Amino acid sequence: MAKENQAEAVSCTDASGRRVSPAEREWQENVLKHALKRSPERQSVFTTSSGLPFEPLYTPADLPGFEYERELGDPGEFPFTRGAHATMYRGKPWTMRQFSGFGTPEETNQRLRYLLDQGQTGLSIAFDLPTLMGYDSDHPLAEGEVGKCGVAVSSLEDMETLLQGIPLESVSVSMTINSPAAILWAMYLAAAEKAGADWKRISGTLQNDILKEYIAQKEYIFPPSPSMRLVADTIAFAAREAPRWNPISISGYHIREAGSTAVQELAFTLRDGVEYVEWAQRAGLDVDDFAPRLSFFFNSHNDLFEEVAKFRAARKVWARVMRERFGAKNPRSWMCRFHVQTAGCSLTAQQPYNNVVRTAVQALAAVLGGAQSLHTNALDEAWALPTESAARLALRTQQVLAHESGLTEVADPLGGSYMVEKLTLETERACWKYFEQIDSLGGMVAAIEQGFPQKEIHDAAYAYQQAVERKERIVVGVNGFVSEEERPIETLTVSERAPAEQRRKLAELRKRRDDVRLRSTLQALGGAAASNANLMPYLLECVRSYATLGEMCGVLRQVFGTYKEPAFR
Amino acid sequence: MSDRPIRVLVAKPGLDGHDRGAKIVARALRDAGMEVIYTGLRQTPEQIVNAAVQEDVDAIGISILSGAHNTLLPRICQMLREQGMDDVLVVVGGIIPHEDAHSLKQAGVAEIFQPGASTQSIVDFIRSHTRRTALGETASEAGGGPAR
Repeated sequence: MAKENQAEAVSCTDASGRRVSPAEREWQENVLKHALKRSPERQSVFTTSSGLPFEPLYTPADLPGFEYERELGDPGEFPFTRGAHATMYRGKPWTMRQFSGFGTPEETNQRLRYLLDQGQTGLSIAFDLPTLMGYDSDHPLAEGEVGKCGVAVSSLEDMETLLQGIPLESVSVSMTINSPAAILWAMYLAAAEKAGADWKRISGTLQNDILKEYIAQKEYIFPPSPSMRLVADTIAFAAREAPRWNPISISGYHIREAGSTAVQELAFTLRDGVEYVEWAQRAGLDVDDFAPRLSFFFNSHNDLFEEVAKFRAARKVWARVMRERFGAKNPRSWMCRFHVQTAGCSLTAQQPYNNVVRTAVQALAAVLGGAQSLHTNALDEAWALPTESAARLALRTQQVLAHESGLTEVADPLGGSYMVEKLTLETERACWKYFEQIDSLGGMVAAIEQGFPQKEIHDAAYAYQQAVERKERIVVGVNGFVSEEERPIETLTVSERAPAEQRRKLAELRKRRDDVRLRSTLQALGGAAASNANLMPYLLECVRSYATLGEMCGVLRQVFGTYKEPAFR
Repeated sequence: MSDRPIRVLVAKPGLDGHDRGAKIVARALRDAGMEVIYTGLRQTPEQIVNAAVQEDVDAIGISILSGAHNTLLPRICQMLREQGMDDVLVVVGGIIPHEDAHSLKQAGVAEIFQPGASTQSIVDFIRSHTRRTALGETASEAGGGPAR
């Protein structure tokens, strides 16, 4: 307490230029100096993985002029640093939402129903690569990929099969789909309609974040402008027709996986968010009509405190952006609600059981950071899709944290830590700096076209790789503590039934459809794509006439063209 | 043989867009003095083999994380043989289960680098296994050029 009072009264700087209290200065001179002579520090500099400095010690002097109300606020209050909701996990623990999908719609439907039988309340569907890229299962480029890293869905028929027996009005369904998100959502809406579910009552999330595809994950089809128009169309349609649906999950996860730092992940994601808000406004929407349904998705990596600071800064920056930059009035528009997934890129193929520990630390960071929902990765994912037992252990990791650790009893337990508050401020500051840079490039679409975020990420990824190779960063089991003999673990093999089964079903569907109706709905889609009309009603008509994903994307490819990224040098 | 640097095609078959590994390896090979041509994303086996022929490369480094390796990699190796380019070294990185490694090597893949492999180990492997090394050029002569 004495120390705090002194810090308020007066402060000075130490040899490194850091602001310290007179008492700390005295401690440095009388105690630390002698201690360092006996045992010098291990490194000349200590930094987070994003290069933010770690001071040897944090004291009140590190937070000059820190105002609780301005920097933190209580949970559920602007700027939401301490949490999006007032009760946080005392009211309801985070949603444990494990991502799954593989093989045929029948196989994944069985898995989803099994998960619901096990008490899971939310679902999260992974689609295979042909679906993500807008190709039907019988397209030549789909060869070898059908059902491999997600479920294959080529038509309304597949979507109906996928969702069969799932109570759509009570279960929220998250769909990881981006470039063709509007089409898959139209299939979902049509399937819900046929099952008698009310669009006003269904809930779920589309990932639908195309900007991070250009930046990081690279599963794009169309150029940025028409892609952004598709996103704006889904946001507008959701606001009007499906008010409980989150039409977009603005994602930093993939940016981090591509090798960004924590600060880059945060800054690029939130700046993407700004871009979506601007495009939706340009489509004629009022910010408070859609902003409460914008959701976010972040990565959680190994550097515990940096991650916690990132999550806290995310809420704070977004709240300021929405209130100050966009003038949003509804407090729900200010709130950054987010899903977290532990870092897939931190998993090692070597000594895979170590991954359980990494994932636990990352999950801990997500919970300390106040995530709304969480996916924990399985230990074997540097080798293949997870086996059932590996996936179960990943879920158990969350359950141990939720039920045995005491983490859920207090909102923002690290709030007030000198270090965490300082890191949160520094993360926020670094994020605003990127905002300025991207604004000066003309916004995120322009920055992407100039390759700016891509280059920043690649440079960070390369620097990280070099640090690992020089052993400046130790990855246990990879460049340190290596075991000579490693026994391979058992991995999952996805059945090879999906491609033939999907081809057969598609051939039958193509024979059975009303071709006249099909042609007219596809033609109407083409016409609408060339105009400014919202495409959702047209896509719904195509879907109802059993147009396939590939056929609809084909029409849009004709009108919009396709994107090719600038050459990498 | 000429004293030109080792030429490597870094290729991304399959529909996935995960290019972090491919780009890091491409940059590391360049830093090690090799000439690197990167195909960009989502190349078919035909496109990859055509690029290898046109660029007259000594090695192809293939990055694949989509799970389609058992379909696409043997086809690339087969087409290389048909083009009389079976002396081109083929190395692979990505998410490749143990069970698949054996059949891929049978099909013509020289080495599989798992996540966590150092770029130095990839540089070393390519230097010591390309055809020109086999023809007498020593590993030390092959490297050391300026990075492009």
